[in-house]
Amino acid sequence: MSGFDLSGLTASFSGKRVIGPLSLNVNPGDKIALVGKSGAGKSTLIRLIHERVDRDSSLIPQDLGLVNALSVFHNVFMGQLDKHSTWYNTMTLARPFAKDRAEVHTLLQSLGMTEKLWAPTASLSGGQRQRVAIARALYRNAPVLLADEPVSALDGPMANSVMTDLRDRFSTSIIALHDVELALNYCTRIVGIQDGHIALDQPSENLVASDIMSLY
Amino acid sequence: MARFMFSSPTVRTSLIFLAIALVGLLFADIAITASNPWRDLGNFFLGIVTPNFFSSEGLMTALLRTVAFAFVGVALGSICGFLLALVYKSLPVRIFSAFIRAIHELFWALIFLQFFGFHPLTGVLAIAIPYAGIFAKVYSEILEEADPEPGRVLPPGTGNITAFLYTRIPDCWVKIRTYTSYRLECGLRSSAILGFVGLPTLGFYLDASFSQGLYSDAGAMLILFYVLVATMPLWVRPKLLPVYVLGAPFFLGEGLPIVWGNVERFFTEDIVPAPLRNGEGLTGLMPWLNDLMINEAMPGIWNTIVLTQIALVATGILSLLAFPLISSHFGGPLRRNAGNVAMVIARSTPEYILAYILLQLWGPSMLPAVVALALHNGGIIGHLIGRQTNSIKLRADAATGFNRYSWELVPRVYRSFLAFLFYRWEIIMRETAILGILGIYTLGFYVDSAIQNIRFDRAMVLILVTALLNIGVDTLGRYIRRKLALQTMPTC
Repeated sequence: MSGFDLSGLTASFSGKRVIGPLSLNVNPGDKIALVGKSGAGKSTLIRLIHERVDRDSSLIPQDLGLVNALSVFHNVFMGQLDKHSTWYNTMTLARPFAKDRAEVHTLLQSLGMTEKLWAPTASLSGGQRQRVAIARALYRNAPVLLADEPVSALDGPMANSVMTDLRDRFSTSIIALHDVELALNYCTRIVGIQDGHIALDQPSENLVASDIMSLY
Repeated sequence: MARFMFSSPTVRTSLIFLAIALVGLLFADIAITASNPWRDLGNFFLGIVTPNFFSSEGLMTALLRTVAFAFVGVALGSICGFLLALVYKSLPVRIFSAFIRAIHELFWALIFLQFFGFHPLTGVLAIAIPYAGIFAKVYSEILEEADPEPGRVLPPGTGNITAFLYTRIPDCWVKIRTYTSYRLECGLRSSAILGFVGLPTLGFYLDASFSQGLYSDAGAMLILFYVLVATMPLWVRPKLLPVYVLGAPFFLGEGLPIVWGNVERFFTEDIVPAPLRNGEGLTGLMPWLNDLMINEAMPGIWNTIVLTQIALVATGILSLLAFPLISSHFGGPLRRNAGNVAMVIARSTPEYILAYILLQLWGPSMLPAVVALALHNGGIIGHLIGRQTNSIKLRADAATGFNRYSWELVPRVYRSFLAFLFYRWEIIMRETAILGILGIYTLGFYVDSAIQNIRFDRAMVLILVTALLNIGVDTLGRYIRRKLALQTMPTC
């Protein structure tokens, strides 16, 4: 499964509805950018979609979900904990196997993080932490990517290279982005969120930056 | 202005507790009954400054046994406590843990002595059982505080054990380690006082030296104990820990073999209430229970509460007086170092040992108990508060001297001071009850007398009453802390 039909999505926060009811049809191969001003409900929507498609998605939440006391390697390896036995995972905690070490090392190369492989994530900068969460999502290797502002702490060239990676590695993706430029360049479909509802849903080739700016 | 101050809930609560303690003083038996207390105190201090480290080879053995019992007891307690913490959400587990930690180590020792005798198991279990209850509570709180987010992004289908090992343990590890090593220090104190009921640890030799008037031997023992506790960071190393834990069971000593017949008799006969044992049935049970409650439990509870309330307020006053000794806002480095040494001595001497020494010197009354409890607990809270003031940055032109104390520092630390004090309320009560063994008429006195008279059925009921009283005070303390919005980390 890599396309799905999401209907009747709603979310309330202390009695006040913040999302929906909202329906979104995701086709296989769609690369969707969720845009809209902060507070419009993008993060909540990502979370709701994740609850629906859990099993087949790689998630990069806004607060990253890293285990600070573990090394970069272990945080990335966590993307595939479901693929191994408890015994294998426990051994890896104490002493990782050579095969996994090599795999994670290769993955970190494209993110420029290899020298930090064994550093505890607590010691990393904001941008480095974000790249660890990205590496974990890539390592997870699910057909669908759900990401909430995945490159917000990265500089221009690195942000572009990561967005290229994410575009090429996942057949279907839904990414919340506040950067309109990135949204237009790396996604095929733009979904604009306003007050918890879909205010815009167009292929990106039909849009220019100023069309999206009206949402803000 | 005054009205404003008295309307503050923290000040009002403090004044209510002060008033209760003052009323308690009217009923308390506070006196120095020894014929020449100051000469004895002088002799004791003379013994401390002229310690005799070579009087008997027993001293080093006692030290070794003290460490061994602490390691085995705390290790076993932390393992069991950890397992309990995993299922701490279940109400029966929480009640069970609260119950086993409400019974003091010495009471557990007295119980096990009746059927395991002087076997090492008695000492190990006496530490491990109450500690398991405490570990269960604190570990579960630590585990609960772990960041839940990493768990949410795990791939679905990840096994429970794997998820626990990757997302919970790493996040909690440092806190668990810090708390466990802190508990080890408490374990050394618990282990030392187990000697007072006959186990081969420091308390036993301290008791022996005192009863023979060998103050220099007692002084040597106390000094060695302080050195042992103070140097813990040097010899308790993560790498050496497995060596200690695996090695410690071999240094517990032989003790005496367990007579399994005693174990059976204890559970099937000794602790069965006498009327039931004699076939009088429920009709005999009520008068028996009535007599026990009116003649032993009630006076025990009354004295325990009176002494606890006085000791609590004395502890508070002493903490507030003592914290400037180590605060960087007062005095020079010399005063602070001296203050630090005094506080380390006060807080590393178990209240039981302090009370024992003061009782020997001043004779039996509530006074030695109040002073012992205030010194030990005041040392702990004073140390914590003093350390807290060191992180306070005062403006450059802040008042000095007593004005700095009363206007700048006390108002800033008062809430956390109260938090620590109410946290220790239950601990002070648990100790107050146990000090009865030394001859003050608190619950421990009646428990100890019942055991001396081989009336274990009565002893068990009284221990149960003590546990319930502790649980009650613990609940009340937590209620007050929540009401006043006071937060604190656990201390022991």
